[in-house]
Amino acid sequence: MAPIPGSGLAKGLAVTLRTMTRKTVTEQYPDAQPELPPRTRGVIGLFEENCTVCMLCARECPDWCIYIDSHKETVPPAAPGGRERSRNVLDRFAIDFSLCMYCGICIEVCPFDALFWSPEFEYAETDIRDLTHERDKLREWMWTVPAPPALDPAAEEPKEIAAARKTAEKLAAAQAEQHEPQEGAS
Amino acid sequence: MNGVLDVALRLLVVFVVFLTFPLIVGQTEHKVMAHMQGRLGPMYAGGFHGWAQLIADGVKFAQKEDVVPAGADRRVFQLAPAVALLPYLLVLLAIPIGPSEGAVGQVLDAGVFFVLAVMGVGVLGSLMAGWASANKFSLLGGLRTAAQLLAYELPMLLAAASVAMAAGTVSLPGILHAFHWWWVPWQIVGAVVFFVAGLAELQRPPFDMPVADSEIIFGAYTEYTGLRFALFLLAEYAGIVVLCGLTTVLFLGGWHGPWGHDGLGWLWTLLKTAILAFLVIWLRVTYPRLREDQLQKLSWTLLVPLSLAQIALTGIVKVVIS
Repeated sequence: MAPIPGSGLAKGLAVTLRTMTRKTVTEQYPDAQPELPPRTRGVIGLFEENCTVCMLCARECPDWCIYIDSHKETVPPAAPGGRERSRNVLDRFAIDFSLCMYCGICIEVCPFDALFWSPEFEYAETDIRDLTHERDKLREWMWTVPAPPALDPAAEEPKEIAAARKTAEKLAAAQAEQHEPQEGAS
Repeated sequence: MNGVLDVALRLLVVFVVFLTFPLIVGQTEHKVMAHMQGRLGPMYAGGFHGWAQLIADGVKFAQKEDVVPAGADRRVFQLAPAVALLPYLLVLLAIPIGPSEGAVGQVLDAGVFFVLAVMGVGVLGSLMAGWASANKFSLLGGLRTAAQLLAYELPMLLAAASVAMAAGTVSLPGILHAFHWWWVPWQIVGAVVFFVAGLAELQRPPFDMPVADSEIIFGAYTEYTGLRFALFLLAEYAGIVVLCGLTTVLFLGGWHGPWGHDGLGWLWTLLKTAILAFLVIWLRVTYPRLREDQLQKLSWTLLVPLSLAQIALTGIVKVVIS
């Protein structure tokens, strides 16, 4: 059966009228904060303690927007008579967010989990040069990083936890062995 | 002395209505259109839900430079906005909102003629603007306006003539005094034709081919800036008020309502006008723009025959009941 002439026009009117009665989708941003997804790529935070100045992030960055300076320090030997060790110390870690394209490669490539995505996004500046943010600022953003998502219920145990648990079990077993012969003697 | 005061008072009231009602319609359009598109619309100007947005716009327009293009026909270019706007003020003078003597700016015996003739003058403003701007887009817009005026003035007049035939008078209050509720179904085709043709004459979407911004920038108003541009916009909204008021008076029985005959008639007129104005906005939000040939086809092959059929029906019923 052919549709009634003009039914399309009526349908159009119905759509706009129905939309008018529904809630609007406008977010009144400066007045109300937007509800962002938890893993939003807002800004990159730096956890300095994990950084070994391996420079992988700076080298992998397609925009070359990460600046790292460091120097070496010698650490006294751990045991007497041992050799002195050298260690990298971070002097400067800066990301130029006017160049950054938020690809996240630096975060992916970091072998020691020193870089993280934070959902923080309000860091506009009036001068483009002020968009190069130094380590103190990156560290502040680190505290806005949400906790990692929970593992799948059927997932394998995380390696760190597995290793820690094995060590703890071995230690417990060794202690138990120490105790048992004493009990047998008495 | 009393007569002068009376005239001055009437003119003042009509002028105030002329200045405020288009703004109310404009603000309603802002908000209704926004909500129909799932947005909020203006929220800041004036504090409460952006009620002062159009006042802010007016202030902005007034601050802008008034540019006249070097190649333009200066005098005509500057006169065009006034020609577009003033006819609607004159029409408003003749629209009765209540049954009493005091509820109309000026009672005219040839009301329907006056109203339609003067409304036609308004389009002349766009033509002048289009010609005087010395800009090809403006000229195209002006010519499209002219074509649209030619196409839609005829069905509009025929539809109005049908009502005049039914009432046996061309005076607007006279038509309303002769009105009975069953005129609404009797003249409904004429009402639709009149309303649609009026929309087209105002160049409101979906009949906004003369100002189609994706093709010819802003048609006849391309070269206008500042206050003169604002006057053209104001003319469009004043036109909505006038068209809705006229449709109310001619086809929907103006001050007649189910109850409240004495003293509250003007409320009915305003209510019907407001509902029609909402309809204008609603149509604008809902429908895409008609192509130029579709625009002409709609008028000549649909609206003109329909209005002629309405006149025939009016004549037959008139003869049968008399």
